[in-house]
Amino acid sequence: MAERLCPPDEAGVIEAVRQAAADGTPLAVEGNGSKRAMLRPVQAGRTLSTAALSGITLYRPAELILSARAGTPLAEIEAELERHNQMIPAEPPDFAALFGHAIPSTIGGMVAANLSGPRRIGPGGALRDQLLGIRMVTGHAELVRSGGRVHKNVTGLDLCKLLAGSHGTLGVMTEVTLKLVPRPEGSLSLAVAVPGLEEGIAALSAGLGSPYGVTGAALLPSGIPSGMPIGMPGGPSLPGSPVAVLRLEDFRRFLPRRAEALRGLLSRFGDVQLIGEEDSAGLWRQVRDAALLEPAPDQMVWRISVRPSRAPDLARRLDAAFEARLLLDWGGGLVWATGSASIAAHEAVVAAVAEAGGVFTLFRAPDPLRAAVPVLPAEAVALAAIAGRVKAALDPAGVLNPGRMRA
Amino acid sequence: MIALPEPDAAVLARRDVILRDLRTLVPDGPFGPGVIGDAIRLRAYETDGLSAYRQPPLAVVLPTSTGEVAAVLRYCHREKIRVVPRGAGTSLSGGALPLADAVVIGLMRMNRILDVDFADRLAVVEAGVTNLGITQAVAGEGFFYAPDPSSQLACMIGGNVMMNSGGAHCLKYGVTAGNLLGVTFVTMEGEVVRIGGGHLDAAGYDWLGLITGSEGQLGLVTEVTVRILRAAEGARAMLAAFRSNEVAGQAVDAIIGSGIIPVALEFMDRPAIHACEAFANAGYPLDAEAMLIIEVEGDTAEQDDLLGSIAAICNRFDPISLRVAETAEQSIAIWKGRKGAFGAVGRISPDYLCMDGTIPTGELPHVLKRIGEMSDSYGLKVANIFHAGDGNLHPLIMFDANDPESFRKAEAFGADILKLCVEVGGCLTGEHGVGVEKRDLMNVQFTETELRQQRAIKSAFDPDWLLNPAKVFPLEGNPALAPRIPAVVPHG
Ligand SMILES: Cc1cc2nc3c(=O)[nH]c(=O)nc-3n(C[C@H](O)[C@H](O)[C@H](O)COP(=O)(O)OP(=O)(O)OC[C@H]3O[C@@H](n4cnc5c(N)ncnc54)[C@H](O)[C@@H]3O)c2cc1C
Repeated sequence: MAERLCPPDEAGVIEAVRQAAADGTPLAVEGNGSKRAMLRPVQAGRTLSTAALSGITLYRPAELILSARAGTPLAEIEAELERHNQMIPAEPPDFAALFGHAIPSTIGGMVAANLSGPRRIGPGGALRDQLLGIRMVTGHAELVRSGGRVHKNVTGLDLCKLLAGSHGTLGVMTEVTLKLVPRPEGSLSLAVAVPGLEEGIAALSAGLGSPYGVTGAALLPSGIPSGMPIGMPGGPSLPGSPVAVLRLEDFRRFLPRRAEALRGLLSRFGDVQLIGEEDSAGLWRQVRDAALLEPAPDQMVWRISVRPSRAPDLARRLDAAFEARLLLDWGGGLVWATGSASIAAHEAVVAAVAEAGGVFTLFRAPDPLRAAVPVLPAEAVALAAIAGRVKAALDPAGVLNPGRMRA
Repeated sequence: MIALPEPDAAVLARRDVILRDLRTLVPDGPFGPGVIGDAIRLRAYETDGLSAYRQPPLAVVLPTSTGEVAAVLRYCHREKIRVVPRGAGTSLSGGALPLADAVVIGLMRMNRILDVDFADRLAVVEAGVTNLGITQAVAGEGFFYAPDPSSQLACMIGGNVMMNSGGAHCLKYGVTAGNLLGVTFVTMEGEVVRIGGGHLDAAGYDWLGLITGSEGQLGLVTEVTVRILRAAEGARAMLAAFRSNEVAGQAVDAIIGSGIIPVALEFMDRPAIHACEAFANAGYPLDAEAMLIIEVEGDTAEQDDLLGSIAAICNRFDPISLRVAETAEQSIAIWKGRKGAFGAVGRISPDYLCMDGTIPTGELPHVLKRIGEMSDSYGLKVANIFHAGDGNLHPLIMFDANDPESFRKAEAFGADILKLCVEVGGCLTGEHGVGVEKRDLMNVQFTETELRQQRAIKSAFDPDWLLNPAKVFPLEGNPALAPRIPAVVPHG
């Protein structure tokens, strides 16, 4: 078992990185390690965890901002926000079940992976769009801040965006500041059974192209999970065939009219059913956490981002290659896929995603496999050269999470 | 007074050869010459929205394709010639100000809309399409491109990407960064790279996010894929005027605290109200110290409901006047003064500097009080316009450009305001960018370590510092810039 460092403050993080750079010992950088199974395994002599850098440092509900140390559990932040009827707009997911553990995510880890849930398609955008500021320790063992605690800031290069999604390879974030929004008072969903994925994506597009404020648009290829009652009490469930689900959120008094209008718009796709607030919340949690994908423990999982209209063709290719199970969110722009672990299946995903003009992340795979294959799409030659220089600019000794994103 | 680096004498000496070479790369076309080299026509490019600074460039090229842009960059990279990218030239921070030894690459002839896809809710456009041009191309189907800078009639999407521009409605819809899906990016070496595309999230490093707001420091953008959104069913505005800045600030907090996020929440102080009223006759209350314009969206009943709730909140703060628009025309009337604010101030004082700091919203009363004190001590008038929901403050400092002392004072006043913004927890610029204007204030907000790190990232893209140099980063400390001379003078 490699040594695990959990410095209690920023100075400790600086010292740990300084030491690592000085003796050339790579560090596995993590929060609680809840996403360790993502991407490639890191070979490192020591683990540097932000777990002990915990706590909300600034919360100004009237200014819609919150700062927290990187190791603060996401759940702690969400509980505090809930008390003020606010939320992180990106609806960050909880992948504990997907990864088969019960380790809570830290806010720093969530930001470093830039993971957003169903509300990504709304005007608030991705988690990275809500990242107002960071404090980080670079591979030079220096403290660098970017952004700040105000909503609008274009001062200097935006290192927040660069660090979000960099998976601990460019710096160790020690504190993040996020933009918040009020939690909508009410929510409900409309579900419509469709003959196939094309029709499903078309139904989602119709909803997202409507003026009614759709904040979730998922396509469940094998229907609503049994046991989830939808529609009128005693009404039919929709097992088997694909179901498109659209969510509306706002003040409760606005929802009935909008639901009626949206129902009218969707009726040409099939029978539209209403899902009430509680069931709707449960369903979207399962979409958010990709729980509906239900991969077997030894299967691989890919997270694919694609132009929505390309999703049906992508799905057909994956089905032909390895009978992939799918879950679609973001109006079809996010495709979760799972199937038996094999290099051939991975190669099929790489090819199909390239054909569709999208990008993939190998989200989960047995260790030997994820060490052997590219877990992210190849970068254009010119960008790869720039990427190498950017990495060298921030981590010249190459001690931060070596090999995590690319071999 | 901001200094520019000494021009490269070897480049100046080769001017004729360079012009000849550029003409082979960007030939003349139906819209005019591909390369501009004569002194008179170069003057059209000598400044941007920060018109106090002027400097004609060595040459201007007006490419019509990504291939031509790449060829020019490849050539300039090989010949070590500095490059200044330019969209519409509306930058208020001098971001598009030329250098004497630089080639300006103007993107205005790349103005085609390449693809509009309503089902996937995106549009692919060339960098020289105007911001409003995108909305106009999709409005027929009820869609729009959300970020709406006041300059939207003129400014171009390439410039918006590079400044990460905002607008009056970014409280709900976010700034440029959140509304982009991809760009065609040309590196200083002339390599063409597609970043992003029709999908929402990057896998791997977020190059699109890093490039957005990079002020032409990292490369050129020739095509942009933007998200387009379906417009709301309707929108309506109201006006609320208060006895003091403090009270208006409290009303803003109470509105946000109620769970309502208006699409726009604009604040004007007394001088701004008076300037706008004199210009636009919008019926603004002249006895008020502060005024809010608040806009909501939804169908008519929802608008009534939200405006009713907001009016009730405002009523708790003893407003001097409260005017809820009943019709779209009345909404337009309420907005009329605010939208003409720059022109209005321009009528009182032909010259003004538009500042652009951001502050924590709760600091507004304190900051306005301090700005008032500074205004007295500098003897210069100032009007304040504030995006109240997001803390972006635009003080308009009025001065007389014919008087160098007045200009010097205006710049010093502006610098003091921006230092104050940083001091209270905000930043130097919320949407107009650093450019040359705020370059020398960067060390107020950042440590030397932080600036060195940002410079290193620029170097990773542009090792020779040929791209838009002398902007964003203070000159001392830049790896590849010659010693500086005071090369610019305010025009008179
Ligand atoms: C009256 C007025 C009102 C304004 N209101 C707002 C407002 O509400 N919100 C706001 O955010 N801004 C506002 N601005 C500022 C300005 O309009 C924006 O910064 C705008 O995005 C600049 O676009 P442009 O096409 O004019 O770019 P330019 O001024 O030509 O260039 C801006 C910067 O981007 C670089 N650049 C331009 N195009 C490219 C390209 N294709 N590739 C690489 N680099 C490039 C230039 O080198 C320069 O550094 C306003 C300006 C004026 C004059």
